[in-house]
Amino acid sequence: MMSIVNETREAPTAPSAPSPSPARRLSSVLDRKPKLRLGMLLSLPLLWLGLVYVVAILAVLLTAFWSVDNMTGELHRSFTFDNVHAVLTEQLYRSVTLRTLGIAIAVTAIDVVIALPIAFYMGKIAAPRTRRWLVIAVLTPLWASYLVKAFAWLSLLSGKGLLSQVLGWTPGYGVTAVILTQAYIWLPFVILPIYTGFERVPNSLLEASADLGGKTGRTLRSVVLPMMVPAIVAGSLFSFSLTLGDYITVRLVGGTKQMLGTLIYTDVGAANNLPLAAAVAIIPIVIMGIYLVVAKRTGALDRL
Amino acid sequence: MTAQTMSPPPAIALEGLTKRFDDVAAVDGLDLQIGDGEFFSMLGPSGSGKTTVLRMIGGFEQPTDGRILLHGNDVTGTAPFDRDVNTVFQDYALFPHLSVRDNVAYGLKVRGVSRSERRARASEALAKVRLDHLADRRPQQLSGGQRQRVALARAIVVQPKVLLLDEPLGALDLKLREQMQVELKELQRSLGITFIFVTHDQEEALTLSDRVAVFNAGKIVQLGTPEEIYAHPLNTYVAGFVGTSNIFTGDDAQAVLGRPGAFSVRPEDVRIEDRAGRHTEGRIAADGTIAETIYLGGRQRVLVDLTSGPRITVVEAHDSRDTAGRGQTVQVSFAERDLRELEDVG
Repeated sequence: MMSIVNETREAPTAPSAPSPSPARRLSSVLDRKPKLRLGMLLSLPLLWLGLVYVVAILAVLLTAFWSVDNMTGELHRSFTFDNVHAVLTEQLYRSVTLRTLGIAIAVTAIDVVIALPIAFYMGKIAAPRTRRWLVIAVLTPLWASYLVKAFAWLSLLSGKGLLSQVLGWTPGYGVTAVILTQAYIWLPFVILPIYTGFERVPNSLLEASADLGGKTGRTLRSVVLPMMVPAIVAGSLFSFSLTLGDYITVRLVGGTKQMLGTLIYTDVGAANNLPLAAAVAIIPIVIMGIYLVVAKRTGALDRL
Repeated sequence: MTAQTMSPPPAIALEGLTKRFDDVAAVDGLDLQIGDGEFFSMLGPSGSGKTTVLRMIGGFEQPTDGRILLHGNDVTGTAPFDRDVNTVFQDYALFPHLSVRDNVAYGLKVRGVSRSERRARASEALAKVRLDHLADRRPQQLSGGQRQRVALARAIVVQPKVLLLDEPLGALDLKLREQMQVELKELQRSLGITFIFVTHDQEEALTLSDRVAVFNAGKIVQLGTPEEIYAHPLNTYVAGFVGTSNIFTGDDAQAVLGRPGAFSVRPEDVRIEDRAGRHTEGRIAADGTIAETIYLGGRQRVLVDLTSGPRITVVEAHDSRDTAGRGQTVQVSFAERDLRELEDVG
């Protein structure tokens, strides 16, 4: 019995097997070696990420420890703590850092407060059809250039702008104007993660809470909000980091007020002091690093 | 059933309950009374309206028309949190950010029960479903069967008078499902409260329930005890949906039974004789050939193509005959008293 099975199995396969084409051979090699497959898939993007992204940031960090010759304006590639020391100790940097941080926090708070009800309506109440249109509506402002939107607010906030014509009042150019403009520009980035967060809260959980006696307020407080924390943090990451790095808005509507971005800009441009600019650039990097570590602990990074 | 004759109002009374989605009536003028302490099943295929009825009783859907009374009080239009019923959801709906204990204690917390009493009652409820040792886990760390039990504990801890169960065993595998069926029945008996159980599994409905309502297209097509439903189906729909039936209608009825109308006979009531053409006293007999024999373990299902037309299913003991070969000519027969006359509902 055994021998018969063996014979019949071997006989037909040998002659009928087609000679494999090179592409087929490659496919079968890749099929057998998952690590090679992964390596081929990732090597190019990793190279790009490594060179263009990580190396660039490291270069910035490194530059911060160089110095510039005051007379010739030439870069000295010798190690010095002067720039970092200046950034850490001088009053100017401290107050601009605090102002930038304050603006970023205010923008994020405003955006979250506006985004929550909008995202809740989009994710939990609107019919699927309406939902799609709302997503498009939220995304539409992103099609317009950032500069155009900043300039639009420049004219909105001006003394003879729409705001003062309609309301008879305008905050004028300054910190408030920067906060308003930034809150407007980054709002879509905050709405979208919160919206997907709401979408992921199953309706049955809301029903279960009501079923167990939870009224609407209780359900929002005890079920929806705790489940939404990661999504809210994810959304805030965008508005916070984008505000932290901004320098165009503050130049347009910030009046004489400086933010970290404008400091870097003047250090590089007007002052031609690349090392000092690099040292200033470390501040938002450190702040964002702390923010990300905190955010990671809430599980927000899984929601992006 | 007894509730109708006794003086206290039934646990649940539905009066002309109707739910229309756009123009489609998901539930169509339903009248139903469910007694205190009854294990009541709503059985039907998906889309038959049974879940919609349950959701209206729970308060998650508002009826288009009709009334819902809980122990005589009209609750139509009130919110879920104002109704003394609790639901075990099909997907369990456990709060992922809360521990098992906090999930179970949620209803108590909402009611302002003190922390120590919450803990005690949650532990007690978890003990009832034999899960007190997992109180500190998160729902995600539990198996499907364990989540099911947490959902049960969470619903019974607030001591509802009526528990609504929406296909609670649907996601469990067969062994676990059978085990949970026993536990559900025991739980219902020990609590003494009304269970309203929605299922599409006819076997589940028959084993668990005091009474079963068979749903089709938003209406109850038969209401009765499991025995009544199984042994005396009223119409061709129930005969076909609950268990397996040989249904003869139209020409088939004429050909096999020699009379017009709609009739059914259960496969286990049909007997196969190895020899065709034998005379069987007091029985309805027909000749045919065996088309297929399916081994069921202990029993076998035999499909016989009758000479007069239809195919008939027979379930018999595995060793009831010497041979069961395909193509064999046989005679099938069944007693007149096992034949049920049905209303033909297409």
